[in-house]
Formats: sequence, structure tokens, C-alpha cells
Amino acid sequence: MGAEPTAHTQASLPDEEEALLRALDLSFDYGHGSVLRDVALTVRAGEFVALVGPNGSGKSTLLKVLLGALPPGSGRVELLGRVPGDVRDRWRVGYVPQRPSLLSEVPATVEEIVSAGRLRQRGWWRGLTGSDREAVHHAIESVGLGTLAGRPLNELSIGQQQRAFIARAFAGEPALLVLDEPIAGVDAESQRRFRDSLVHLIRAHGAGVLLVSHELAAVADVIDRVVVLKERVVFDGSPEELAARGVSLGVHREDLPLWLEDLG
Amino acid sequence: MIGTLPIPYPFESAEAQRALVACLAVGVFAPMIGAFLVQKRLSLVGDGIAHVAFAGVGAGLLVGVWPVWTALVFAMIGAIGVEMLRLKRKAAGDLALALFFYVGIAMGAVFASRAGDLELETLPYLFGDPYAVTWTGVATVGALGVIVVVSMRLAGRALFAVVTDEDWSRVAGLPVGVLSMALAALTAGVIVAGMRIVGILLIAAMMVLPVASAQLVSRSFRGTLRLAVAIGAVSSLLGLTIARPLDLAPGGSIVFVAAALFAAVALAKRTAPRALQQEAH
Repeated sequence: MGAEPTAHTQASLPDEEEALLRALDLSFDYGHGSVLRDVALTVRAGEFVALVGPNGSGKSTLLKVLLGALPPGSGRVELLGRVPGDVRDRWRVGYVPQRPSLLSEVPATVEEIVSAGRLRQRGWWRGLTGSDREAVHHAIESVGLGTLAGRPLNELSIGQQQRAFIARAFAGEPALLVLDEPIAGVDAESQRRFRDSLVHLIRAHGAGVLLVSHELAAVADVIDRVVVLKERVVFDGSPEELAARGVSLGVHREDLPLWLEDLG
Repeated sequence: MIGTLPIPYPFESAEAQRALVACLAVGVFAPMIGAFLVQKRLSLVGDGIAHVAFAGVGAGLLVGVWPVWTALVFAMIGAIGVEMLRLKRKAAGDLALALFFYVGIAMGAVFASRAGDLELETLPYLFGDPYAVTWTGVATVGALGVIVVVSMRLAGRALFAVVTDEDWSRVAGLPVGVLSMALAALTAGVIVAGMRIVGILLIAAMMVLPVASAQLVSRSFRGTLRLAVAIGAVSSLLGLTIARPLDLAPGGSIVFVAAALFAAVALAKRTAPRALQQEAH
């Protein structure tokens, strides 16, 4: 990352170089009761972390704070080793929003949407080069939309649309990929594609992944750590350790949030 | 001064040819900006800014400054104001718009009535008068066109990302605020440039109607943009061609043609056999 340690990154934790994303003692409230309390979370390079929690557990708020869309009430956030607002190479953070309300008013093709993922590499005012186009096509292929690249998004299924947004994040060749409920209600074929492309990103590119989702069955076998959030972190460990606490990502896939209620 | 080109009626005179150039410019540049506004789901923002421009016209008449300058200042402030309210989520997009819309038209009416004859002075701005456009006016529209085209070349891709998915663009590190303000400023520029040509009340229609037609048949954003520009130009040409022999208001005729083209495209799309549509894939 090559970032000079600054005042707020001085009191460092172990694995400073490896941590792509780190929250420490993070608290937040909207002014009426706390939403997050003393949250600690780390995502390292090559690591697949799943963030789960019942509805209203503060997951969305946590993501906003981690990505710098909201300032932390107290505590610290480091994104690529810096305070989120100071991150220069923002394009190294890939983001797949919760299924966006984005049903394009004007038709836009998969390729047009995914190309946006390359805008930040060399400056948004420059045109796309050959290597940009290659990365775009590679990303589209990797989510299995190769034959649909020229199709307008609003002619695709929800699962295919979501894969296009995942490809947009992939196109930027991110070091850290953050996904907010990307596969809610998505078909099995899309879920399998989704799993394979995440594995590729982690193993071949050494990226770190933070996935917020209730539906973890499709990726259960490749998750390194599960973090359970209920205002504070009530569990942080491997899926096996979670199973030892009585919650299995596979067996309890139908109503995972319900099973998580009993943790912590 | 440029000589008169040998074009047949109704474009035989120098003033008719200037009107044609000016109207074609509006037909080309208005939808270019409009496509981004429609994608942003702010189709009516052009109308709101046009009403603020009207306040500027009134202010110009009142203080004795060329109303185009004051309209430009008001429209810029209005456009950026609406955008700031929207970005800071102080008010929903359409509510912010409504505020500027009504205050603008009221200010315009009050200022102009203080300045003198409300109807006589403001009519050319409200409904446009392309035959009164001077070569300086044509040159101004041309200069604005260059700014629009250069801006689109530089920022078109990023603007597309921002108007399509603002939250994602912010996380991706695109300068959402700057790009949104630039789009607002371009909108204001096009409105003020088109104000004397097709009128304050109709210029915004040229930002939206050609795009509405194009998106019915096009399958990509780029394709929609190009087709909208073509439809805008055709609307201007046809509208102006029928306006003079039939003694119709040129601005109204152009917008009417644009609306008729939309109806025709929508109807053709509905009645076209499905097989044909599938083939277009």
C-alpha cells in the first residue's frame, strides 16, 4: 500500500500490511440509541469474511461507516491502511451494492455498466484503452454473461443483473471486494457462478472479500471467517467454530438470522 | 456576416437560415444533456431551471441588463441550488425542484411587471423567436455546443456512471459532487441558449422528448444518445419547415413534431410483430 503511517494509524495492530480493512472499537448512533457498539473487524488479503446478523443488527450502518459514507461516532476505521476519506486509490475497493433500485430509465448494456468499473484506474476523464476493454470482457466472462454483454440490463433476470454489478466490481481488479446482500433471491445458477468468481478473485488475485448476506449456503465451503453482528460482534470465527456453537451455514440456511438470535 | 445560401423556401432568407441553424443546434445539444437527466430520473429538472431563468429575464429587464446574462446567472444558481439540495438530501429531488420552479416564475413575473409591459417584453423569452436570432446569437449557441461536446467526451462515461448509480459511484471514488454540478451547469447553459430560440416554456421539452423516443427503440445508452440527437435534429428541421407556411409558432411546432415522433415510435413499437423485435436483438 505504501501509505505513510499517519497519526491515526500509529497505534497499530499486528498484520498491519495485510489488513485491507480494519475497524477497532467502532461505535455509532443516529442520535436515538446506539446502532454499533465497540465493533472490531478485520479483513486481510486473501481472506473471505462473511458478515451476518439479524435484521436491524447494524450491518448496513457498519458497511457505510467502513466505506466512509458515514463518519464513525467513536473508534477507528482503516480502509487500505487509511481513514476512508483519505484513501487515494479508491478503485482498489470493489463494491457491489444491495440490489440497486437501478432499473435503468434509459437502456444500458451489460458492457456499458461493467465499463464503469474501469473509470478510476487512470482517471475518469480518459477513454478506455485496450487493456481496460480486456479487463471488462474478462470480468463479464467470469460471471458467465459473455453472450449477454451487448444486451440491455432491463432485459436480464434479477440474478443476471446482479452478476453484471458483480462484474463491474471485478472489472476494477479490486484488492478488497465488499458485497452487500448480493445474492438475495438469486437463482441457483447465478449463485454457483457467484461462488466460483469469488473463489477466483481470492485465489488468483489474492483479494480480500467482505460479504454481507443471509444466504451463505452457496459459499459456505469457501468462507474463512464468519462475523456475527448484533450491535456488537457476538461471534468471530470459522464456520466450523460457528457450527460448534450450534449454527451451521448449511443446515440452518433457511432462517439463518433466526438461529443467530441465540448467539452471544 | 455570412451570405445567404441557395436553399429553397422556407429557408431562402438569411434570417430563416439563421433560425434553422439555431434550431438544429438546440435539437442536437438539448437531448445530449437530456439523456443524462432522464437516466437520473430528473426529467423535469430542465423545466425547473427554465423557470428560474425566467426570474433572471425579469431581473434583467428591471435593471436594464441584457436579460440573457441575468438569465444565465439565475439559471446557474438555480441548477446548482437544486443539485445541492438533492445531494445533501435536504429535500427530495422533485420537492427541491418545485421550490425553485414556483419561486422562479413568481420572481420573473414580479420583476418584469415592475420593469414595464409584462407580456410584450417577456413573450419572446417565454415562447422563443428563432427568426430574431442574430449571427452573434448563432455563434453563442455554437460555442455552447463546443463546450457540451468537449464535456461529453471528457466526462460522458463518468457522468453515465454517476446518473446510473450514484451510491456506487461515490464508493468507487468518482467525484460525484463535481460531476453533478457540471451536469447542472451544462443544463443551465443549454436552457439559456435555447431560451430565445424555442422559448423558456419549451426548451426543456427538447431535452426530454427525443430521449423518450430514442429509449423506446435503442438497446444501449450510447445508442439512445445518438438516436436522440438525430430525432432532435429532425424535429427541429420538420418543425421549422411546417411553421412558416402554416404561420405557426416555431418553438411550438418543433416540440409538437418531437411529441408526434414519440407517439409514432411508441405506436410502431406496440404494433410491430414480436418476431421483428426479437430479431433486433
